[in-house]
Amino acid sequence: MLFTVPPALAVTDLRKSYGAVHALRGVDLEVGEGELFGLLGPNGAGKSTLVKIACGLVRPSAGSAEVIGAAAGSLDAQRALGYLAELFRFPEWLSADELLVLHQRLAGSTGGATERAELLALVGLGEAAQRRVGTMSKGMQQRLGIAQAMVGSPCVLLLDEPTSALDPAGRRTVRWLLEELRSRGVTVLLNSHLLSEVELVCDRVAIIVGGQVVAAGTPAELSRPKGVEIETAAGARVVEGAGRADAPRIVRELVAAGEEVYGVRVLTSSLEDSYLEAVGGDEAERPA
Amino acid sequence: MSAIRTIAAFGLQEALRRRVFVVVALLTVAFLVLYGLGTWQAFEAVEDSGAQDSIDGLEPSVVAGATLLGLAMFGTLFLGTILAVFLTLGAVRGDAERGLLQPMLVRPVTRRTLLIARFVAAAAVCGAYVAAVFVAAAVITWVLGGWWPDRIVTPALELAGAVAIITALSLAGSVFLAATANGIAIFMVFGAGLVAGLLGQIGEALGSDTLDDVATTASWLLPFEALYQAALAAITADTVGFTRLAIDLGPFGGAEASGPLLWPWAALYLGLVGLVALAGFNRRDL
Repeated sequence: MLFTVPPALAVTDLRKSYGAVHALRGVDLEVGEGELFGLLGPNGAGKSTLVKIACGLVRPSAGSAEVIGAAAGSLDAQRALGYLAELFRFPEWLSADELLVLHQRLAGSTGGATERAELLALVGLGEAAQRRVGTMSKGMQQRLGIAQAMVGSPCVLLLDEPTSALDPAGRRTVRWLLEELRSRGVTVLLNSHLLSEVELVCDRVAIIVGGQVVAAGTPAELSRPKGVEIETAAGARVVEGAGRADAPRIVRELVAAGEEVYGVRVLTSSLEDSYLEAVGGDEAERPA
Repeated sequence: MSAIRTIAAFGLQEALRRRVFVVVALLTVAFLVLYGLGTWQAFEAVEDSGAQDSIDGLEPSVVAGATLLGLAMFGTLFLGTILAVFLTLGAVRGDAERGLLQPMLVRPVTRRTLLIARFVAAAAVCGAYVAAVFVAAAVITWVLGGWWPDRIVTPALELAGAVAIITALSLAGSVFLAATANGIAIFMVFGAGLVAGLLGQIGEALGSDTLDDVATTASWLLPFEALYQAALAAITADTVGFTRLAIDLGPFGGAEASGPLLWPWAALYLGLVGLVALAGFNRRDL
């Protein structure tokens, strides 16, 4: 008998409308087990709606979303999930440790004090276990939110802007944490505006614009060749449209034409370039 | 069951940490002290007036005791309603708008579980509270005036039932309305129910069938009012004669028990309110 492992997250022709506003217009996505998947898009693109549907917080208008083969929002799907919302709040009167106790009970985790101490240490809050949420900075609360999402060792983590309130050191901690999660085989869907961060850690990326996926692939696939820069005695010039494979031929032709070549650089677009191209914002967003 | 316990305990812990119970306890003590003072003065006045011997068969201390305890029951229900409303007015939409609800609901916890847990916690606290305050008021009346109600357990349970229905209405309201709007709506419904009950008592005194019908319909539509009326009636259930007549002419005298269907209807009503709340909650995007 042949068993097929369901993807960690599968979204098929997903649509969501709020009255006349179409937040999602038929999204198809598949995130594999252990994959670190980045979701990019401008504000209002539908990223958070997609994540909320996967969590069972929002009902789709059409299409389907499944987590580990179970319908999004079902108890089986919820058991597999950890989630940090973009706009979240925890009760101010709870201490960090009490918050994790609450989520351990709700998640049915048997990790006890060991799991709580490990999670708090993992997000750099080991010394703040007894500190009340209300006395924590936004950055500390966000790190606590990540620890909360990891309670019960979920196999799928949905993180909606997990670094929006963090300083550079905090972001690096989260980056390291994401890599650690990948090494443990946890699937992560990372919804972020920080393109450099996504480019650094994600295996695959999807760009959503206007409720539709307009580009998807590995960061390398999305970074297309922009040309080859040649440095000659006359200065630097760019041969547009050329790629790495064209570089030897270009150099040969220049040398044959009697030019001295001092340097060759293959130019590729960054994820940011691809993103801006996809959302059509490279010119529109530039200040006058 | 474990999730219900966890969420219910969380709700109670929040009320404790936010010192809701401390404030309620202090205000209740103040209420009972004032009630005791009033009761003492009222019984002193009854004794000084010599009304004990004025009409044959009339027991002024019973009339005074029943009226005072009726007043205390009104105050108790009002305090219980305030507690119920403030414990639940933002339980769903309010908490969702503040971002507090979502982290809990992405756990393997159904929306039904959350509603049941919030209801159980708030109804248990408010029910126990009104029952305790009612018994305390009865004890004060007995100590200071020597009068004890004809029934004690039944009216305590009926007051607890009334406040449980208000809790359910407030919780259901929290699914559809923002916290402030819900609070206002529930207090207006509460006021409407009490006014309907008073109209019924006036109708009874005037012999107006129309007022009586209005009050009866309102009592069935808002069974917390019917339970309150039944509780009022129960404290003088065995009182007869001129004393009965004198009580009936008083501000809390026209109350009537609604019969054996009241409790089944109250239970069914709770179920219906719960179903409406759940249907609304299930349709709500968070």
